Amino acid sequence: MALLQIAEPGESSAPHQHRLAVGIDLGTTNSLVATVRSGLAVVLSDELGRPLLPSVVRYMPDGQTEVGYDAQTRQALDPRNTIVSVKRFMGRGLADISNREGMPYRFDDAPGMLRLHTVAGLKSPVEVSAEILRNLRLRAEASLGGALLGAVITVPAYFDDAQRQATKDAARLAGLPVLRLLNEPTAAAIAYGLDNAAEGVYAVYDLGGGTFDISILRLSRGIFEVLATGGDSALGGDDFDHRIFCWILETAGLKPLSVEDARVLLTRAREAKEYLTFHGVAPISARLDSGEIVDLTLSTEIFSEITQTLVAKTMQPVKKALRDAGLSVADVKGVVMVGGATRMPQVQRAVGDFFRQDPLNNLDPDKVVAIGAAKQANLLAGNGAAGDDWLLLDVIPLSLGIETMGGLVEKIIPRNATIPTARAQEFTTFRDGQTALAVHVVQGERELVGDCRSLARFELRGIPPMVAGAARVRVTFQVDADGLLAVTAREKTSGVEASIVVKPSYGLSDDEIAEMLKDSLQHVRDDALQRALREAQIDAERLLEAVRAALVGDGELLSADERARIDADIGKLQAATRGDNRRQIVLAMDDLEADTKDFAARRMDKSIRRAFAGRRISELDSDTTIAHTGEAT
Amino acid sequence: MAVTLSERAARHVANYMVKRGKGIGLRLGVRTSGCSGMAYKLEFADIARPDDIEFESHGVKVLIDPKSFPYLDGTELDYAREGLNEGFRFNNPNVKDACGCGESFNV
Ligand SMILES: Nc1ncnc2c1ncn2[C@@H]1O[C@H](COP(=O)(O)OP(=O)(O)O)[C@@H](O)[C@H]1O
Ligand SMILES: [Mg+2]
Repeated sequence: MALLQIAEPGESSAPHQHRLAVGIDLGTTNSLVATVRSGLAVVLSDELGRPLLPSVVRYMPDGQTEVGYDAQTRQALDPRNTIVSVKRFMGRGLADISNREGMPYRFDDAPGMLRLHTVAGLKSPVEVSAEILRNLRLRAEASLGGALLGAVITVPAYFDDAQRQATKDAARLAGLPVLRLLNEPTAAAIAYGLDNAAEGVYAVYDLGGGTFDISILRLSRGIFEVLATGGDSALGGDDFDHRIFCWILETAGLKPLSVEDARVLLTRAREAKEYLTFHGVAPISARLDSGEIVDLTLSTEIFSEITQTLVAKTMQPVKKALRDAGLSVADVKGVVMVGGATRMPQVQRAVGDFFRQDPLNNLDPDKVVAIGAAKQANLLAGNGAAGDDWLLLDVIPLSLGIETMGGLVEKIIPRNATIPTARAQEFTTFRDGQTALAVHVVQGERELVGDCRSLARFELRGIPPMVAGAARVRVTFQVDADGLLAVTAREKTSGVEASIVVKPSYGLSDDEIAEMLKDSLQHVRDDALQRALREAQIDAERLLEAVRAALVGDGELLSADERARIDADIGKLQAATRGDNRRQIVLAMDDLEADTKDFAARRMDKSIRRAFAGRRISELDSDTTIAHTGEAT
Repeated sequence: MAVTLSERAARHVANYMVKRGKGIGLRLGVRTSGCSGMAYKLEFADIARPDDIEFESHGVKVLIDPKSFPYLDGTELDYAREGLNEGFRFNNPNVKDACGCGESFNV
């Protein structure tokens, strides 16, 4: 029988329609899963009441796996098949891993991402991470009493496309729909409710088991923007354990240890470190295989002293990140502490001293990322209280725009713009008397329509006939919080309007998005040249069109000589326009323009006279080409 | 008769209300839907409506709309833990048969 949770007023879901969503912190050392229950974000514990799941997976000969504490306990006995810190391998090739020699694994250099030889066969980091995610999914399903709608999974802010994609693939493998990947520092900030706080710059200081990350975020209008990231991928709580371990060896005067003894002492060291967070002194005692007995007391003072250089080491990346963001300590409005290792009092002190303010630390630093992810998941699943929706931090993955003359794309909403959003731009007609406008909506980063994805087409009809460039057509793109795009075109003088609704991300898989992004980066240079050429060609067409129309209407204003020169210019420009030499086109246009200057003046006089005579210009054959006024609104 | 909260349930509600930072109590109700005809409504209440039927149980105010009340009269709202799962449960004497999920029922 399902157990119910309390909903927000008016938001009880229909039976069997609970939208169970979780947040997952897939950490290097530890992973967690959290959810929002009756309005409260909580971490879900295992059967033994333990909130953390060590990010450790052990493969056994029969293909079975152990995950978490069980795997961790047997790590020393079966190091080769027990994978720790797999996050370091996600989306990485063998060449990306620096200290391979220190690791007990046998690597295989597969294209794209390395693989690990285990007793159960070759494993990709994606598969290993999937084991951790599957374990958390089962825990969540058991805790919430149903299948999950999906999860928000956190990733370091510096994770690139490959690492993010690998994380998504791991979730897919684990049978876990991904609602969104969220940056870890952003999740921490959300956990502290900073999204509802004053706008400004926040620093997130994350000292985990084996990694240190600093992120500088800017909050404006409920959106977190990552200004700079930095850190040290080989600095974390483990190094503090190691300092204590060395202190034990020295103080107790121990001879070189067996692997097993070393492991015992390292565990004692970690226990002492964690104990010192809450006590002034920590007892360290162990009976070694060698028969020796260790019985020591470590004080906070000594601990601070032997780890002082480690704490100082974290400050270098902090300074650099601030510098990269072009900010100083005084600009930082708040500091968020994340990661189990920030519990150490000497770390708290050092960070407080540096930023000249007390860091935020009233939430569990090892749970804060999962909590923030759970809050975000709850909102994305549509379970939030009314009025909370503005928190949606979604962005448009690829730019949206429309086709303009010559198959060029005019971007109206740029990539990474946060939604909901609305942007408008003004366009105009290309030909005299043009009464309709074709609006072709496209998505992509490339400059040419052919290289982007076509989303929709519609026509704005009933534009009153005017000279080219006189109509004012405002095209508005509106994307709502669900990513639904509505495009409206409205001609200002007449008020005629047409619109269409499209779903931009429809049918575009994340793989495709990643592929398209990569594509656009490779082609930026190409595209810029292409674009310049196309623009010249369009300008030329426009000029030719204008001159031709003038010749038809007012050809009698020219002498035979003048006419011959203009015809020659037209021929030259037409030829240039068919080629791909931009300079030639521009020169030919200059010639034609120079030779038609007088003609234009004469026509102007004539048309003024005609206008005063009150005669109507008959509607020209209209087509629907769209031109832009070059003026963004 | 009345609608009550078990002490455990009341404690959890009170805790959630403090964390939520607003609200005057709990709103219970029933709606037609689900595989067995009716479904429970369990929500925070921010305002009382004039025709609400009100109870107070272990310090928690319970609001019920008059249409729902006949179906809920005599109910005790309990808080239960089943393995890793935990949440609220309606112990409702009016229920003839419930669907296996416990989210919808028949009177
Ligand atoms: N009370 C504590 N005092 C000091 N260090 C702690 C304490 N609790 C946990 N840690 C340390 O925090 C580290 C793990 O941090 P965590 O945030 O879980 O890592 P990650 O983000 O890398 O997965 C370990 O080195 C652990 O010893
Ligand atoms: Mg972490």
